[in-house]
Amino acid sequence: MLEVNRLHKVYDGHGRRVAAIGDLTFRVGDGELACVVGPSGCGKTTLLRTIAGLLRPTAGEVRIDGTLVTGPPPGLAVVFQEYGRSLFPWMRVADNVDLPLRAKHLGSDQRRHLVRDALAAVGLSDAHHAYPWQLSGGMQQRVAIARAIAYQPRVLLMDEPFAAVDAQTRADLEDLIRSVWRRLGVTLLFVTHDIDESVYLGQHVIMLSHAPTFVADELAIDLPDTRDQLTTRADPRFTTLRAHVYAQVQRAKRDVAGTGIASEPQHPDSR
Amino acid sequence: MSRATPTEQGRPVPPALLGLIGLVSFAALLEIAPRIGLVPGRYVPPTSRIAVALADQASRSGFWRALVDTLRTWALGLLIAVVAGVAAGVAIGSVPALRAIASSTVEFLRPIPSVALIPLVVVLYGIGITSTVVLVVYASFWQVLVQVLHGVADVDPVARDTARSYRLGRRRQIVHLVWPTALPYVVTGVRLAASVALVLAITGELVIGSPGLGSAIAVAQASDAVPAMYALIVVTGLIGLLANLLTRAVERRVLAWHPAIRREEPA
Amino acid sequence: MTALAKRIGLMLGLPAVLFALWWFGSAGSTDFYRPPLQRILVAFKETWFGSRIVDDVLPSLARLAVGYAVAVAFGVALGTAIGLSPRLRALVEPVLEFLRAIPPPVVVPVLMLFAGIGDLMKVLVIVSGALWPVLLNTVEGVRAVDEILLDTSRSYGVRGLNRLRYTILPAASPQIFTGARQSLSIAIILMVISEMFAASSGLGFTVVQFQRGFQIPEMWSGVLLLGLLGVALAALFRLVEHRVLAWYHGQRQAHRSW
Repeated sequence: MLEVNRLHKVYDGHGRRVAAIGDLTFRVGDGELACVVGPSGCGKTTLLRTIAGLLRPTAGEVRIDGTLVTGPPPGLAVVFQEYGRSLFPWMRVADNVDLPLRAKHLGSDQRRHLVRDALAAVGLSDAHHAYPWQLSGGMQQRVAIARAIAYQPRVLLMDEPFAAVDAQTRADLEDLIRSVWRRLGVTLLFVTHDIDESVYLGQHVIMLSHAPTFVADELAIDLPDTRDQLTTRADPRFTTLRAHVYAQVQRAKRDVAGTGIASEPQHPDSR
Repeated sequence: MSRATPTEQGRPVPPALLGLIGLVSFAALLEIAPRIGLVPGRYVPPTSRIAVALADQASRSGFWRALVDTLRTWALGLLIAVVAGVAAGVAIGSVPALRAIASSTVEFLRPIPSVALIPLVVVLYGIGITSTVVLVVYASFWQVLVQVLHGVADVDPVARDTARSYRLGRRRQIVHLVWPTALPYVVTGVRLAASVALVLAITGELVIGSPGLGSAIAVAQASDAVPAMYALIVVTGLIGLLANLLTRAVERRVLAWHPAIRREEPA
Repeated sequence: MTALAKRIGLMLGLPAVLFALWWFGSAGSTDFYRPPLQRILVAFKETWFGSRIVDDVLPSLARLAVGYAVAVAFGVALGTAIGLSPRLRALVEPVLEFLRAIPPPVVVPVLMLFAGIGDLMKVLVIVSGALWPVLLNTVEGVRAVDEILLDTSRSYGVRGLNRLRYTILPAASPQIFTGARQSLSIAIILMVISEMFAASSGLGFTVVQFQRGFQIPEMWSGVLLLGLLGVALAALFRLVEHRVLAWYHGQRQAHRSW
């Protein structure tokens, strides 16, 4: 179970103090798939990095299964948006997936099995010996996902993983993620700016405000467990839920939260 | 390019201060080590003794003459190399047939070590400044040429086609199209050539004996004037440093006008 | 295969053309100082294919190899340590900039004081000059490792030696190789200079002896040999680099075609 309690993050950047996160509190239950949406610049990436232990909070805490997060915790895997920069270009696909397992000091037989199964799960059984840069964007992101799967984490964080991928590939990857999640039973926190995606994927959507961020709203997604791109997205319930989230995000974009330290001026909205 | 990521720690010590501390510590180390016998004092004089020798050198006209000689050799050689490099680069770059074989030619000729020419140059030109200048020109020429070839090759083909369709003559094309594109590369080439030129100038003076700081160092060493030798070495280091800073500043100025900032490409 | 054959042909074809030009251009020369290429080649065969290989050429190459290896090993080790610590880097940067601005040949007289004119001096000279490019480029390469790669390593628990071996060094390797290449040229230059300036044997020494003794064709042959040495070592370096950095070239190629 993932708990975020009164998380507060301020950056000291070149003499200016920027409050990226104001006061965030939410919970993600064991094995739940929760999506985080918010307007751009609302600190989604900062939030994810803090949960991943890559950044230290200024105040507040993150707990995983009751244990305080002070650095990258074991049993947690992250999939970044920039797949091109997170895969190691000097290693072949199989070696990329293998590396975290090596760091875990697993035996070579076990590692081989995990790598093979993970790559099969993402549909890349044929790509073991390719280099990441020989693959398309969607396939590279699959490799990153396979790497996370092979690691057998208890918590999986994904930072707008499909933002840099074309729409058709995105749809395939969304379905892939749901099936992977179902199989592994992992607790998945999925950050996205795509409202439709958040409703399609999540059991629970957390909507963030404008920076300095707080939780503006949470919504339980009561769509059926088996989802698919055609029927689910045509479901009237989907449309209602989506509209709710959309309205909330629009509201967040318009308001500038007035709590706490002065926030960085945002780019003027195009509307 | 400096990263704009905010710092994670509290208030860090400013790098400039750390650098200063580093320099002072280095000088202090060099002062103490010979005195306590960590290094042979006869061969590595303490910083203070070097400083005194430096002041002493500055008071001698011979030193200034040597300095001017070195600077003259360096500037002359660099100038010739730059002019020749740019001319050759533009000429080769403009002829497609030559351009194709240019890179393999350069890759073949370039690694020929300039110092291999030293005996040759002595035999042909004697031990005066000319020999060293030839050496400087040879080594620096390649630096400039390679950069200019990159620059000429970088001309946007669409722009070139536009120029041709407007029937701009070759000369006009070079002036209005090739030159502005190549300029940042030329500046980078001059910067790289400048440091190579200095090294070769000093080398020539050291090994051949042409007048300049290099030969002054050799003389100091031969006559066991160890602090003076170190003082002269410090001077060469300072010149190198100054030249580096100067050319980088010029490069920044020139490239600031240019939309794309070029970098030395790895590999 | 034909692409490779074409490349080799282009590579060898050019020197062949240059040689031919030189041969015919100097054929009728009566200038004492610029003998015909034919005479130079004859002298080449006579001079270098004898005991000189063992007495002079091999020792020079051995010193070069040792000096270069030490410079690269030390440079990479030190450069990695400095590159990983921003504070250490800020501390030593000005000192390093000053030391590297000193023209390398200048250390020859200095080291002569310490180490006489033996093998040790020559190797030290090579190390002291060849160290800088690889050191400074390693610092830069390590410093500039992609943030995302570092974050990925951190979150997957790839730490310490593993991180060095699988993340930092491979990421920095293109830049390290750039430095190593520059170091190689400097190492060759210093090998020659250390022998020309102060030695009793070696390649550089022999060539200077010829020059002093006015044995001109032999001197030219020595210059030729040094030139060939430079070219051969550069080609060898390129070969090694192409294999080790195959992934890097592949990646750049892939990016260019997007």
